Amino acid sequence: MSDILLEVKNLHASVEDREILRGINLEVGRGEVHAIMGPNGAGKSTLSGVLAGKPGYIVTEGEALMNGVSLLDMSPEERSWAGLFLGFQYPVEIPGVSNTAMLKSAVAAQRTAKGLPELSGAEFLKLVNSKLPLVNMDRSFLSRGVNAGFSGGEKKRNEVLQMAVLEPQLAILDETDSGLDVDALRIVGEGVNSLRTKENAFIVITHYQRLLSYIVPDVIHVLYNGRIILTGGRELALEIEAKGYDWIING
Amino acid sequence: MAEKEDILSGLANAEYSEGFTTDIEQEFFPKGLNEDIVRAISERKREPAWMLEFRLSAFRKWQTMEMPSWGHLTIPPIDFQDIIYFAAPKPPKKREEVDPELVKTFDKLGIPLHERDALSGVAVDAVFDSVSVKTTFQKTLAEKGIIFCPFSEAVQSHPELVRKYLARVVPPSDNYFAALNSAVFSDGSFCYIPRGVRCPMELSSYFRINARNIGQFERTLIVADEGSYVSYLEGCTAPMRDENQLHAAIVEIIVEKDAEVKYSTVQNWYPGDKQGRGGIFNFVTKRGLCRGDNSRLFWTQVETGSAITWKYPSTILRGDGSHSEFYSVALTNNHQQADTGTKMVHIGKNTTSRIVSKGISAGQSQNSYRGLVKVAAGASGVRNHSQCDSLLIGDKCGAHTFPVIECANSGAILEHEATTSKISDDQLFYLRQRGISEEDAVALIVGGYASDVLKRLPMEFAIEARRLLSVNLEGSVG
Repeated sequence: MSDILLEVKNLHASVEDREILRGINLEVGRGEVHAIMGPNGAGKSTLSGVLAGKPGYIVTEGEALMNGVSLLDMSPEERSWAGLFLGFQYPVEIPGVSNTAMLKSAVAAQRTAKGLPELSGAEFLKLVNSKLPLVNMDRSFLSRGVNAGFSGGEKKRNEVLQMAVLEPQLAILDETDSGLDVDALRIVGEGVNSLRTKENAFIVITHYQRLLSYIVPDVIHVLYNGRIILTGGRELALEIEAKGYDWIING
Repeated sequence: MAEKEDILSGLANAEYSEGFTTDIEQEFFPKGLNEDIVRAISERKREPAWMLEFRLSAFRKWQTMEMPSWGHLTIPPIDFQDIIYFAAPKPPKKREEVDPELVKTFDKLGIPLHERDALSGVAVDAVFDSVSVKTTFQKTLAEKGIIFCPFSEAVQSHPELVRKYLARVVPPSDNYFAALNSAVFSDGSFCYIPRGVRCPMELSSYFRINARNIGQFERTLIVADEGSYVSYLEGCTAPMRDENQLHAAIVEIIVEKDAEVKYSTVQNWYPGDKQGRGGIFNFVTKRGLCRGDNSRLFWTQVETGSAITWKYPSTILRGDGSHSEFYSVALTNNHQQADTGTKMVHIGKNTTSRIVSKGISAGQSQNSYRGLVKVAAGASGVRNHSQCDSLLIGDKCGAHTFPVIECANSGAILEHEATTSKISDDQLFYLRQRGISEEDAVALIVGGYASDVLKRLPMEFAIEARRLLSVNLEGSVG
């Protein structure tokens, strides 16, 4: 097994004829945490949407391979089965569908895709209950409608809970820190850290350095105008925090 | 977009698993409707003179009436002379035995006719074309004084009760289809819960249309005497055919003082194919009378079938302090049309009602909610809350609401809420990102939307209803 989990080569993508990604190159190895930073409108959310297969993006050039297999030919659910998880910047509300029902459908679909037998009701609940402490939530959380009426922090913790239950190989967290207070940020950060293994990898998309003091990245990329214009170590985040982006963009 | 089209074309006709026919020897009356047919049905059932008179008078009334055209429906002309009004399986050789073919048929539909195989705690009256073929647990129920039997049997064994209550809530002159039913109804279920008795099991009627060219006309009469309780379930299915078939039923419920009736329906008549060929025309009058003080009537319906549905389960709240609720999910897909809703008529003082209607339109279907909340002048202290939601899937279907309030008492508190929504692309993508296929995601979202109604159904019914919603949604993504 190669050490490379995700390989993005010269990726170009457009929305409504407007080119947003203009040649992204990115390699993420197993066990690594990459952070993608950049100012508003740089293409950060587009990159996560394109990788996850969100409708509305058109890939005009380039490749995205996960475990050597092209993601771009797969439906969103197939990418999920392949081990890709997207933590949403704005988790969607689905009233009337309980968290349990949604997780159960998701776990069943994942297992079917992998040829695994269905979990019994008891096994499923045991799995989910074992993950609740990671995000500091009690069981009553499970019977509530998916994100319906959740606070910003609860929504993001719910994303981490789903990630913990689904155990993806690659998790892309799209501005998971936006709208979080310090306590929620810590819970989310600790939740993610406890899920890190030698086999999986994370791409953390963020504006700010503050999430990166909880989730310490191995590599930081600066995305600007649809391209990665700088790649460095974690000290880059502190520099951006202190000096902003202008010195990189104009440099 | 291309991807969506692929999904649409990839999903063939949603499987209607109840669409088989039973090959069984049956006897038929000749096609057509006239006094002789009405007399023949009555004679066949060895009915007393008053029952025949009831039918004939209804028939004469019907002849003077016209098909209602106020519904938001396109109803092709129905040739009432081209319908068979009576079809029954040949009686079995030995008495008390049900033809094994019929047992097999109902087994396949999940309705065991042998008590030993029965779902725990559900008694069933199974109606096949024009007759009841089996009613289970009659003896067990009789021990509590509960009468649960085919309607034609009740006419023989309890004529005084039938006479006392028949057509008290839905008179034959009520509407065109009520008059037709009153003239030619061939069977149905009768249920009487005596004073103070809590019915120990769920009672149910299952209606099956089998023969070609027949119409099914049955009536259900439920009487809950003072302080009693019963939960009643109704289900129905029919074979897949290119021709339309007519089902025109009446359900009457009388709820006495302090009594409570729950009436739940899962309507799964054959809806027709993707092009709109075939399917049942379902014209049904369901009405309950909360006659006694503090009586309660709860309607819950899940409507997924029929080419055309015309149906308004209603309650007349006459007893002071009586209460009624109507919870409905109506799903239409392909070329189905539904015009359904309820009437809450507040006559008694301090009467309360609640309406929750959830319409789901997909394909090229038309789905209408029609409701009336009426408050009489003398009805003080009335409260009603109506919530009327529509969910659209795709852009070729229609959702319509026709709520009417007639209030003659200024003290009434009446609230009406309505929403119309679509399944959003964001919701679908969110669920698909978690690995849930597009069809399953739609079913999950719709199930959530309908959950307020579904959770009021008894467990087995709720599971069946969820299954039907998802089967009937197949191919609707867009």
